[in-house]
Amino acid sequence: MGYFAKFAVPHPSPAIYASMIAIVVTVFLIIFGLTYFKKWIYLWSEWITTVDHKKIGTMYLIAALLMLFRGGVDALMMRAQTAVPDNKLLDSQHYNEVFSAHGVIMIIFMAMPYIMAFMNIVVPLQIGARDVAFPRLNAVSFWLFFMGAMLFNISFVIGGSPDAGWTSYFPLADNEFSPSVGTNYYMIAIQIAGIGTLMTGINFITTILRMRAPGMTLMRMPMFTWSAFVTSIIIIFAFPVLTIALLMGTMDRLFETKFFAMTDGGMDMLWANLFWVWGHPEVYILILPAFGIFSEIIPTFSRRNIYGYKSMVISMVVISLYSFFVWTHHFFTMGQTAYVNSIFSITTMVIAVPTGIKIFNWLLTMWKGRIRFTVPMLYSIAFIPLFTIGGVTGVMLAMSAADYQYHNTMFLVAHFHNVIIPGVAFAVLAGSTYYWPKIFGFMLNERIGKWAFWFLTIGFSLAFFPMYITGLDGQARRMYTYSEASGYGLLNFVSFIGAAFMAISFVLIVYTIYYSIRHSPRHVGGDPWDARSLEWATHNPVPEYNFAIIPQVDSREPFWDAKYKRYELFKGDYKKIHMPNNSGVPFIMSALFFVFGFALVFSMWILAVISLIGIFICMAHRSFEIDHGHYISVEEIKETEVKMGGNHK
Amino acid sequence: MRELFPAKQVWGFVLSLALTAAALLVYFFNMSRATGMTIFIVTAFIQAFVQLVVFMHARETDDSKSIFATLYYAIFIALITVFGTLLCMIWGWKY
Repeated sequence: MGYFAKFAVPHPSPAIYASMIAIVVTVFLIIFGLTYFKKWIYLWSEWITTVDHKKIGTMYLIAALLMLFRGGVDALMMRAQTAVPDNKLLDSQHYNEVFSAHGVIMIIFMAMPYIMAFMNIVVPLQIGARDVAFPRLNAVSFWLFFMGAMLFNISFVIGGSPDAGWTSYFPLADNEFSPSVGTNYYMIAIQIAGIGTLMTGINFITTILRMRAPGMTLMRMPMFTWSAFVTSIIIIFAFPVLTIALLMGTMDRLFETKFFAMTDGGMDMLWANLFWVWGHPEVYILILPAFGIFSEIIPTFSRRNIYGYKSMVISMVVISLYSFFVWTHHFFTMGQTAYVNSIFSITTMVIAVPTGIKIFNWLLTMWKGRIRFTVPMLYSIAFIPLFTIGGVTGVMLAMSAADYQYHNTMFLVAHFHNVIIPGVAFAVLAGSTYYWPKIFGFMLNERIGKWAFWFLTIGFSLAFFPMYITGLDGQARRMYTYSEASGYGLLNFVSFIGAAFMAISFVLIVYTIYYSIRHSPRHVGGDPWDARSLEWATHNPVPEYNFAIIPQVDSREPFWDAKYKRYELFKGDYKKIHMPNNSGVPFIMSALFFVFGFALVFSMWILAVISLIGIFICMAHRSFEIDHGHYISVEEIKETEVKMGGNHK
Repeated sequence: MRELFPAKQVWGFVLSLALTAAALLVYFFNMSRATGMTIFIVTAFIQAFVQLVVFMHARETDDSKSIFATLYYAIFIALITVFGTLLCMIWGWKY
């Protein structure tokens, strides 16, 4: 039994044992269900081996919702623990593990895949393409992300969770202070998911530059495609830094190198530096596509074209450049001189300018528009004031002298939740509602959706605005409890109530999905929202080949012009369509990555070498494989178009 | 005949050999660390440029403009990251 002792959880609790049982039961139920309903072959041939951008996007969406649940439960546990002074719900070690998991999961395994989901589903449709440039690579990206997420998620039942925060600063994250394998999981799981993200970046740059429909120049691309393009550029410049930092961190932990050690010429603060060289652009990787989603929703429901298209594009490009200039503001108190801090204070304040331009553009888009208050529009309207408050407190934090007061307090926690929740979370929830008919062919129920929206917005305000006050009063972040004499009790309890509201909102969102699957009418047509861009020019749900005929673009809003200005979008006749073949190799290779990562976490070298050989065999297989894809015949296209209620030809 | 002879490639090859030889001088001659590193960095960047232009055909296609734009963007970001790190980790370090 000695061999298996290393897999034990170092700091167990009844909750962890309960989770173990729950995981075993769930896995058993899934296997049983798949066998009972004879869905194994369906699952393999339709989903696991798919290279279709829409299906991959859907899988990203489902994975992101699952991770939202996990990260949300972590958040609730934290708020419950700090709801009253001297609470004994979680001890300090568990609290450390919970906030570390919450941060990593929400940023890397919830927000990122949610953004990737929209990039996958929407971008090829918006530019009138049949798929992304490298469909097989896209499947590899998804499965690497998925396996990374799963590797991270099993940490709390096998070997112990990471407990050094989502930033995992050295020297705390080194073997000396974090002896459990938890931080190994952090380093390796994020590495695997990060490789997938890097591939997505390359894939989408190529797709957007090479596969636009005829006539769609760069300055005619829809806003969301622009945001995906700029985001992809940031990804390929920022993620290599994370890759190297994680590699050095892994070497420090597994092979006793001294990159981030405090002795032998190492430099512990270099981790913080490299982490934020990636980490700050990462914030914009999340927020720019979110801006893109809002820029699609606001014009649609205001019945006006986007105000200041050019300035929107320019501010995004400027943000992509500036996002690399500001990282030091995450550690103003680390020990640089006031001179260095001043430089980064100024760059940080400057980056608020392009963001401000975008805020004004959205406001002016709505100005004199005929606004329809649908669920996606409600999220977009609430986003503007709430995000602006977050932005303004961000400028407060940017003042390095004042930052010595705010640093590491709940004020900071309030600030970044105030930008990420109304910014990213509202955007992806609005986007899910907006694009739901595109993906699944039916609408989400508006009435329940509005309830969910109000619970989320009120819950968010209750949960995070009190933190500004406790933060200014000196409550430090990541403290698992506080004394009654500190006087933080009341406001923290308000925060807990807010968190409960947000939990109710999540339940309502899940219920909307369930209710709409049961009751929503099908056959909503291709354009249920009266939208403006190309993705709505095809059927709902989208056929495998996206567009029977590649659209011809002559303006910024070709679909709107086709509807109201009698512009002809689809010229010519059906031709046979060339499509890529499915493949199981991306899944198998990523599963081997999972085994490889797991072996590294526990330093099981033989297993690591075997799985690494397997990964190389998969790559070699791809190099020598002859796969010319397949054709969809004209008859088949006609048949599909008629079945979908096609209105042309 | 002149059109058929790949003069550019031959010159590129000779140049890259010469640059490699120049970098090797650092090993064979006893010079200070600063001089050695300067030779390394200068020859390495010229070498990379020669490879890009002569052998990777960076100038010959229609999209050469975007190739160079990406290149300059990448160099710019790299310089900002490296010098920014030096600024806050070494030059501007108080303790």
